[in-house]
Amino acid sequence: MHNFEFVKPGTVAEAAAALTGEEAQALGGGQTLLPTMKQRLAAPETLVSLNGIAEMKGVCSNDAGEICVGGGTPHAVVSRETASSYPALSKLAGMIGDPAVRNRGTIGGSLANNDPAACYPAGVLGSGATIVTNTREIAADDYFQGMFTTALEEGEILTEVRFPVPEKADWQKFLQPASRFSLVGVFVAKFADGVRVAVTGASEDGVFRWSEAEAALSADFSAGAIAGLSVPADGMISDLHGTGAYRASLVKTLTSRAVSGA
Amino acid sequence: MTSVTITVNGQSRSGDVEGRTLLSTFLRDQLTLTGTHVGCDTSQCGACVVHVDGEAVKACSVLAADVDGAEITTIEGMANADGSLGVIQQAFQDHHGLQCGFCTPGMVMSAAALLKENPKPTEAEVRHYLEGNICRCTGYHNIVKAIMAASGQDVAPPMAAE
Repeated sequence: MHNFEFVKPGTVAEAAAALTGEEAQALGGGQTLLPTMKQRLAAPETLVSLNGIAEMKGVCSNDAGEICVGGGTPHAVVSRETASSYPALSKLAGMIGDPAVRNRGTIGGSLANNDPAACYPAGVLGSGATIVTNTREIAADDYFQGMFTTALEEGEILTEVRFPVPEKADWQKFLQPASRFSLVGVFVAKFADGVRVAVTGASEDGVFRWSEAEAALSADFSAGAIAGLSVPADGMISDLHGTGAYRASLVKTLTSRAVSGA
Repeated sequence: MTSVTITVNGQSRSGDVEGRTLLSTFLRDQLTLTGTHVGCDTSQCGACVVHVDGEAVKACSVLAADVDGAEITTIEGMANADGSLGVIQQAFQDHHGLQCGFCTPGMVMSAAALLKENPKPTEAEVRHYLEGNICRCTGYHNIVKAIMAASGQDVAPPMAAE
C-alpha cells in the first residue's frame, strides 16, 4: 500500500482536528480499510487511528433503557457484553467475519463503511438505533443512504450507537462462505409500537426495510403472516454467488425464520 | 517514521516503522520473528494470527504503529521455557495436525485463543472457531483432534490416511 502519515489521538476532539487535514481518513479496526489500501483502492495521506480513544470503547446502558455501544468497540466485545441484554444483537456481532476479525473490527468502522452486505447495518436499521457522532445524532432511517454511502460528513466521527431494546428480535444470516459476509441477512425486531424488518446483502441500494413485511408482522407476529408476500427481484444484487431472484427468495425465507426464532 | 515499542513474548522490542508497516512485516522483517506466516495478506487465511493484549488478531491487517505499547504473543512464544514444545504444539505433532506446516502458526495461535476462553470445547466449537484459519493439506480433521487433545479431552488415535 502507499505510505501515509499515521496519527493516533487520545480524544474525539483531537481526532476531529486531525481529520480536517487534506486527504485524511479515520481508521477503525482496519479489517476492511487496510485490505482496501493494500489493493490501492484507497490511499489517504494521513490515517487517523481511532483505536486510542478510550471514550469510544465499551458497552453500557443509559437512562432511557437503550444499549450504548462506543463506536470503537470490537465485534467480539459487543457480542459478549450484549449476550443477556440484547441477544439478537449479540448473535449478529458474534457471526461477523471470524474470531480474529471480530477481535479487531469495530461497529463504527462497519457502519461508516456501509458495505451492502455488512451485518451491522441490518441490526442498526432493524433496531431503529440512533447514530451518535462528534457533532450530532442521526436516526438509523436517515443514516444509510445507499451502497457505501451514509449521512456522515467528511471528517465526522461515529462515536456511539444507541440501541432501543425490542420485546423480541432475531438475526438470520445466510453466509457467503468465502467472504464471511451475508449473502443475505435479515434482522427482525418487535417493539411495542410495531415490527421492523431490515435486510442486508440483497439490494443494490444497500440495507433496506421490508415495509410490507413490517405491516403484516405488526398486525400478526407469526411466520404465517408473511406467507402470502413476495419480494420483487428488481434491484437485487446479482452476482456469481446468487441471482437477484435467489436473493429475493432468501429475504422472505430468512424473515420467516427470524420471526420464528425471535 | 514512527518509533514503536512492543512487548513480544515477554521481551521489550523497539523499532522505527513507516505508517504503512504491518504488524506482520514488523515481526518478520525487523524483529526476525519469522514464525508468523503471511499466506494471503488479505486477512482471509489466518496464517498470521498472533495475540495482541491477549486477543487473537490477524497481524497482516493491523498496523505496527497502531499496537505501540501492546503485549504481543507469537508462535515463538508458545514453546516451553526450556525450548520443548508447548502443550498445543505437542498435540499438533502427536496427532499429525500439520503436513506442510504453513498454516500451523496461525492454527496454534487460534487454538490457544479458543482454549483460553473455552477450555473444554466440543468438536463442533473447535471447527467453528477455526473458520478464519485455512489449511489446504490436512482436511482439518487432525487439527481438530490435536486441539481436542490439547484441551485434555479424549480423541480417537491419529489416522494417517483420513
